[in-house]
Amino acid sequence: MRILTLVKRVPAPGARINITEDSQYVDDKNLGHAVSPHEECGVEAAVQLVEQYGGEATVLSMGGPEAEEQLRVAVSVGISKMVLVPTDGAPKDPQQTAATLVTAIEELEAADGPFHLIIFGNESADQGGFQVGIRIANALGRPMVNGIKGLELPEGQDPASGEGHIIARREVDSGFEVYELPLPACVGVKEGINLPRYPTMKGRLASKKAELTSVDASAEPGGQAQVRLKSPPEKVSETVILGNGPDAAPAIVDLLEELGVM
Amino acid sequence: MSAVLVVIEHDRGHVPESTFEALTSARAIAGGLGVSVHAAVMGDGGDLAAAAVGEYGADVVHHLTSPNLGDYNPEAWGQALAGAVAAESPAVVLASGTDRGNELMAQLAARADLPFVANCVDVAPDVTSMTRSQWGGALLEDATLEADVKLISMAPHTVEASAAPAAGAVSELAVDIDDSLVRSVITDRVVLSEGITLSTAPVVVSGGRAVGSEEAFAPLEELAAELGGKVGCSRAVTNNGWRPHSDQVGQTGTRIAPQIYIATGISGATQHWVGAMGSKNILAINTDPEANMVTKAGWAVIGDLHEVVPAITEEVKKRRA
Amino acid sequence: MSEFPSKANVVVIGAGIVGSCLVGHLSRLGWEDIVLIDKGPLPNPGGSTGHASNFIFPVDHNKEMALLGVQSANQYRDLDRSVDSGGIEVARTQERMDELDRRMTSATAWGVEAELLTPAQVKELVPFINEEIILGGFHCPTVSVVDSLDTGTLFRNEAMDKGVLQVFANTEVEDVETVDAPNGQQRVSAVVTDRGRIEANYVVVACGVWSNRVANMAGATIPLVPAVHQMADVGPMDVLAETNNEIGYPIVRDMDTFCYERQSAGSMEVGSYGHRAILHHPDDIPSNDEAALTPTEMPFTQDDFDPQMETAIELMDFLGDAEIKYAINGLLSLTPDAMPCLGETVEVRNLWSAAAVWVKEGPGMAQVVAEWMTYGYPRVIDPHASDLARFYPEERGDDHIWARADEHFIKTYGIVHPQEQWEGRRNLVQSPYYSRQEALGAMFFQARVWERAQWYNSNADLVERYGLSEREVEWDNRWWSPIINGEHLNMRENAGLFDLSAFQVFELSGPGALDFAEYLSVNKVCKGIGTSAYTPWLNEDGGFHSDLTMMQTSEDTVRIVTGAFDGGRDEYWIKKYLPEDESVTFKNLSRTTTTLGLWGPNAEAILSQLTDADLSFAGNSYGSVTNVEIAGIACTIFRVSYVGDTGWEIYTGWDNGPALWDALMDAGNDHGLRPTGMGVYAVTGRIEKGYRLMGAELESEYNPIEAGLARPKVKAADFIGKEAYLAAREAGDPEVHCVTLQVDDNVDSQGRQRWMQGGNEPILTADGERLVDSHGRVSRVTTAGYGPSVGKNLLLGYVPAEYAAPGTQMKVMYMNELFPCTVVGTGSAFDPENTRLKGS
Repeated sequence: MRILTLVKRVPAPGARINITEDSQYVDDKNLGHAVSPHEECGVEAAVQLVEQYGGEATVLSMGGPEAEEQLRVAVSVGISKMVLVPTDGAPKDPQQTAATLVTAIEELEAADGPFHLIIFGNESADQGGFQVGIRIANALGRPMVNGIKGLELPEGQDPASGEGHIIARREVDSGFEVYELPLPACVGVKEGINLPRYPTMKGRLASKKAELTSVDASAEPGGQAQVRLKSPPEKVSETVILGNGPDAAPAIVDLLEELGVM
Repeated sequence: MSAVLVVIEHDRGHVPESTFEALTSARAIAGGLGVSVHAAVMGDGGDLAAAAVGEYGADVVHHLTSPNLGDYNPEAWGQALAGAVAAESPAVVLASGTDRGNELMAQLAARADLPFVANCVDVAPDVTSMTRSQWGGALLEDATLEADVKLISMAPHTVEASAAPAAGAVSELAVDIDDSLVRSVITDRVVLSEGITLSTAPVVVSGGRAVGSEEAFAPLEELAAELGGKVGCSRAVTNNGWRPHSDQVGQTGTRIAPQIYIATGISGATQHWVGAMGSKNILAINTDPEANMVTKAGWAVIGDLHEVVPAITEEVKKRRA
Repeated sequence: MSEFPSKANVVVIGAGIVGSCLVGHLSRLGWEDIVLIDKGPLPNPGGSTGHASNFIFPVDHNKEMALLGVQSANQYRDLDRSVDSGGIEVARTQERMDELDRRMTSATAWGVEAELLTPAQVKELVPFINEEIILGGFHCPTVSVVDSLDTGTLFRNEAMDKGVLQVFANTEVEDVETVDAPNGQQRVSAVVTDRGRIEANYVVVACGVWSNRVANMAGATIPLVPAVHQMADVGPMDVLAETNNEIGYPIVRDMDTFCYERQSAGSMEVGSYGHRAILHHPDDIPSNDEAALTPTEMPFTQDDFDPQMETAIELMDFLGDAEIKYAINGLLSLTPDAMPCLGETVEVRNLWSAAAVWVKEGPGMAQVVAEWMTYGYPRVIDPHASDLARFYPEERGDDHIWARADEHFIKTYGIVHPQEQWEGRRNLVQSPYYSRQEALGAMFFQARVWERAQWYNSNADLVERYGLSEREVEWDNRWWSPIINGEHLNMRENAGLFDLSAFQVFELSGPGALDFAEYLSVNKVCKGIGTSAYTPWLNEDGGFHSDLTMMQTSEDTVRIVTGAFDGGRDEYWIKKYLPEDESVTFKNLSRTTTTLGLWGPNAEAILSQLTDADLSFAGNSYGSVTNVEIAGIACTIFRVSYVGDTGWEIYTGWDNGPALWDALMDAGNDHGLRPTGMGVYAVTGRIEKGYRLMGAELESEYNPIEAGLARPKVKAADFIGKEAYLAAREAGDPEVHCVTLQVDDNVDSQGRQRWMQGGNEPILTADGERLVDSHGRVSRVTTAGYGPSVGKNLLLGYVPAEYAAPGTQMKVMYMNELFPCTVVGTGSAFDPENTRLKGS
């Protein structure tokens, strides 16, 4: 199976997210960076599928040169190839992002053949546009379902052929919806599909030797534009302390009664 | 004609509360634009859904029909919406920012080659500028939108759904859907639990890292059961393997909206908070009076959850007895 | 939660291991009305305590670090918050094996159980180690792993249970206020927090990496910088998990790669001191809210750690296949000289520092500060090298702190020679003779900020003249030259000219100056204009605080001359005790006065060419201070000697220095005068005479009777420490004596001559038994050096009275070998009658 998984480099903030003075960025001066959590699971899903069915997984990121860090993390956990679509690092709108990536993916596929499965994260941790994967799938003419928490090939299917289906499970309140998407296909995965492994030291050291492929691509901005970032209004009301320790139990139950949940 | 067209999300006829919120928002936007509210329904159970939306202000309900529309199918449904947009030329298409709502809007946007602004919390009357949520709601973004048809979704819980009966006249609209798109339909369902779920539970009792182990969730289970609620947890807990990911409340887990959220031993990192902030009431139980969860909660008890939680259960039982 | 108070006796800022232990110790010493605040939550407020690896290797070459490490380990043990995991320092190089021999020597000095292991023996204790790449190991079974957060909680609880402490977490300090105090000083008055303002008599800064920022709010400085120590937790590994224990295997320090491997339950913490120094400004540390983890668990910079991972895998292959679950750039505090910052700030009275302290010495150093606040000086140990007052102004700025931290970070696990010199931040203060000295090929050593010539390569001819040679073993020869011995022998034969500009020269003036001078000093100082005294200064407990010379220069002025290493401490001490009636004015003349030393049998012949003054011993007696003209330059000459030959300290204005130097060198041309370095002044000349040095022989743990510096009578005037001094005198013969020993045979087992460095080498009985007195003070070498005029390797140190008699046979350990030595006595090994001091 040939798999492509896409990741975005995002800051790893704490309980408060600060914004830069120009209101355009999350102030990440003192923050580490990570792959968006859903995409981290996408990387793990790709690695597991390759472990199970054979083949090769490629990771791609669009971003500034520092996104190489996230690509190498993906390689250190078992992805074999990495591709950077370099940008100036400024946030792009979803249409522009999708169009850029379509160009890049088409170039990769023209060179090495189609990816049987393209794995996106359900949404990015920061901008959360909920659409880039779907736009790409549509442009490539491939089926796409978001919110996927399980992936497997039907029994007896030849994984190397790239033909057949992939069974994708989407979690809903009561259980799962099951989709059988014909390959080549796209999915947006959600955290919970797996518990991503951490890199090993040997994996990390091996990832340093991996070659980074750069694919230049660009597109015009779309119709949505960011004006500024801002923090949501702070909660104004004071917290009512009902008491300390187990002695507070009666006051708590009074509250439960008042709220009608008893 | 020009209207605010609301995408009616439903599962085999069952319309979730979030869609009524979307209709409520749509009424305000339509009022500002001086246009009417239309709704689009399709697929299995579409008639049931169509019947439900007039109550919330849809003047016209377009029931999209095609042989290729059946159970939920993001591609086919998205194509159907594209057909409706082409046919009806609405000023705005609006959905609730749920998993399905955003997915359908993205499918529509891709097919109609239009921008789509997800998870708005505030929209200017002319719908050319809006405030939307980023980071799961931990940050807000002021954005502008330039498009002939403006596609937006409203972040869940932005408004409370309110009824405003309108005509709700159902009219059928046949749409053209390529046979190939049948490929994305739901082929099977696996039902794991009946009844209330984390996202619909009236009471959620959650534990964080301070719970300490898988076994130590037993008292939380007992309290949740006593109150007819569900147990949730923080990301640290699922990362430690103490609870399944489906129990995780947070940006990458489940967004909850219970009547009361009882958060025990949870510090309240952004990731968790944005999943919990839709709760009507929050009670935090924590040893640290300055923990984020405590300062953000309406009510708090300062103490060790291992002592407080059993005491609550006991008190509940005592009063019931 | 109780209401935030508006007043307290003591406010302690920082509830990490140091602040928490400090409030506990203060409560034990009877302090009341203490408020402890921290900007973070409890029990882990988010400073270095929360992420430290929490182990204690009790062996250190430095006495303060070693003994306070042991003392701290015992405090953790007393609270049952400690496990003796054992620890092994492994060597991959022969140089490191030699260092492990030195570790064994220090282990013996401090009485810590230790042994050297073969690679196979290491493997027996640590089965997952690759023994093929190591040459051996240094095993210390009492290495312990401690729970610092819990220990902090217990100390806080102890104080709270007594009702003397209130604790406020999540309380951020916004300002530290001061008020005017007598003598133009400032005194701390209040701490302003986001919860309110609290007036305080005492404020202690114990907030780790943030300490300098908080001190700055009051106009004070605590020179430290937050620096990264990278740590990665990898696992799980079955072999570790099977121990069912937080720690079941000894901690391994892979010294040559600057790494450690410490088991933490089922995984291994790999920590590094081998990466580039990564320093942060306190303002760049995120707040508790902003940080993804805690503020001092900064984002891991993987590239810096990669080389460490490769070497770690070499040592323990299984590390390579385990997952890196958690990795941080953990912040800890570094100071310009790698020692802590303890004591009252020099800028603000009653503002104290307990900072740059790591978990391994936290409880002990907290006790030090608590005792310091209580008794005026600590009792548990002399924190001489940790005293915040040691820093000169040039050492307190960020440029210096950062540069020095950058240079010494890599030495954390390094092999550091006792005489090792800094590479950067040199030439901060040069004497007026610097260019002349440079032309003479001076080898400069730095005394804190002052550059001093240790020897002059222009004197290389003396090596041949006196038949001298380099030392056989490179370690002994490092930072040393036989020219030193040549300069010494020339001084004994002819004369030497010494640049003593680094002397710290102070002046007390005003109506209270003479009385105040007496109050500071054990010996009578003011015996008339032109008189002088060499005198100890004691602390209230009667131990040494300083030893220096003082001169009465007019009817209301007294001059004080002390060494470069103690100038800051002595200036602080004077200002601390200045009379509140402002009857004494203090002046620091160090940067305007230069000092030259002229000593040797030809000194009088040289100087007499340049002055009409009577230089005869009758007319210019020992200790006299006289204003004279030398070559037309106004000077003050002080007949005194620290090197065992007659001569003078000559003081003049800074700008007159070069002319004076030139005149003396010219006059000395026919008298064999040579510029002579500090190698002679501070070591060879001094040790032949058995002269004591502050910070070496003289420490607060010893008194003048033990040091052999007590005079027959005690002056009538009151002085600091008098009561304790009288009591010690009345107690009769002291338990220990400071003695000179000579090494009888310095040939080691490999047939090489060895030369002790004066790095706390243990002095043992002839049978090799360690000597410890009833106060726990161990017999060890305080100064070592060759005595060229006596032809022996000489040692100074304290030994119990029964071993102090001349001729007593002893042993000294050096590099883990025993060498026989003999007690010379409490006086001088050279010219014990002091005939050479008399001149003509």
